[in-house]
Amino acid sequence: MPSLKDLKNRISSVKSTQKITKAKQMVAAAKLRRAEERAKEARPYTERMEAVLANLARSAEGNPNAPKLLAGTGKDETHLLIVATADKGLCGGFNASIVRLARERITKLQGEGKKVRILAVGRKGDDMLKRLYGEMIVWKKNFLDVKQVGFVEAHEIAGKVLEMFDAGEFDVATLFYGKFVNVVSQVPTAQKVIPAEAPEGVEAPDLKGAIYDYEPDENEILRALLPRYIGVQIFRALLENVASEQAASMTAMDNATRNAGEMIDKLTLQYNRARQAQITKELIEIISGAEAL
Amino acid sequence: MADKLHFNLVSPEKELMSADVDQVDIPGTEGWIGVLPNHAPLMTALAAGMVRIRTGNDQSRIFVRGGFAEISPAGLTVLAEQAMPETELDAAKIAKAIRDAEEDVADADTDEKKLAAQQSLDSLKELQAAL
Repeated sequence: MPSLKDLKNRISSVKSTQKITKAKQMVAAAKLRRAEERAKEARPYTERMEAVLANLARSAEGNPNAPKLLAGTGKDETHLLIVATADKGLCGGFNASIVRLARERITKLQGEGKKVRILAVGRKGDDMLKRLYGEMIVWKKNFLDVKQVGFVEAHEIAGKVLEMFDAGEFDVATLFYGKFVNVVSQVPTAQKVIPAEAPEGVEAPDLKGAIYDYEPDENEILRALLPRYIGVQIFRALLENVASEQAASMTAMDNATRNAGEMIDKLTLQYNRARQAQITKELIEIISGAEAL
Repeated sequence: MADKLHFNLVSPEKELMSADVDQVDIPGTEGWIGVLPNHAPLMTALAAGMVRIRTGNDQSRIFVRGGFAEISPAGLTVLAEQAMPETELDAAKIAKAIRDAEEDVADADTDEKKLAAQQSLDSLKELQAAL
């Protein structure tokens, strides 16, 4: 039976924890709003880029000179997994679920006898993966010292990926991130980025019989566009990741705050009971002392 | 509005402009392109430089660096890697862009890339001189 003082200490400790989780929840809510806004602002570029690429890819189809980024290397031996997670914790199962998805993929690929390399973006994913697959991580990147993840960071990652691809270090690249569906639902997603898949459902613009002019030529543009397209996809994944992280954090902190509240209630009840028991005990002692006289 | 050109300028981080205008001049890698309404479909890579937009008697300029322009019957779309309205542009930013471009020239491993990088660098220097 804990003493009254113990209980009092525990109540105040839980109270301060609750204050922290509450604050974190509010911070996450504010950051989520901003992250959603940025994801929305980036959308037009992505959409246009997809339309342009779909257009070009259609004309490059079946072309033997099509760039490798679009057609693939013709092999399927080495896979690069780009695992994008958050740098910080306190966001529920967000990081763990992305890592789990990546791990399932790794096990499956290894079972098929394929080589796997990992590019860890975000500190948490790196922490979790390096225990099991430390020797597979070829490059890591975190944004701890970056205030707001921008296109520059995505560009850097894309640059590294392309450099490795040019050096023939992998055949297929897959990007893992948390897709932001809404505040309560974030889905860990695996998306193939190399070879680039032309987005579906984009309709060709009606040219009214005219033909596209390319300057410089078609292949040249495609060659310049594909690396950017990959950069854009990574950028979008990073933005979605930020929004998902904040949403997951908000939900997790909301739960934590509620749990702390329940715990405080329970402890307060226990404290009051103990206090009353002590008073009763003291009264009995006084009364029986008086009777004995 | 048949005699207006629908113009969109988007950078990865946001949409900078979406309007109906009269004429837009864009810096293509192969030279300047003046785009008027009903231009033939065209797709081009962009060098660094100023995009000039004319609406009636108003003119505005936006600095872009790298990217693409697509002209379709729906209008002109500029996908710029970096974009900045003229008003936000200053000597320091240009100097930085020039440094980046110089690095690009140094890093270029093929003649084609080198040429493209050199062109961007030249147009940036021109811009610096004009400012």
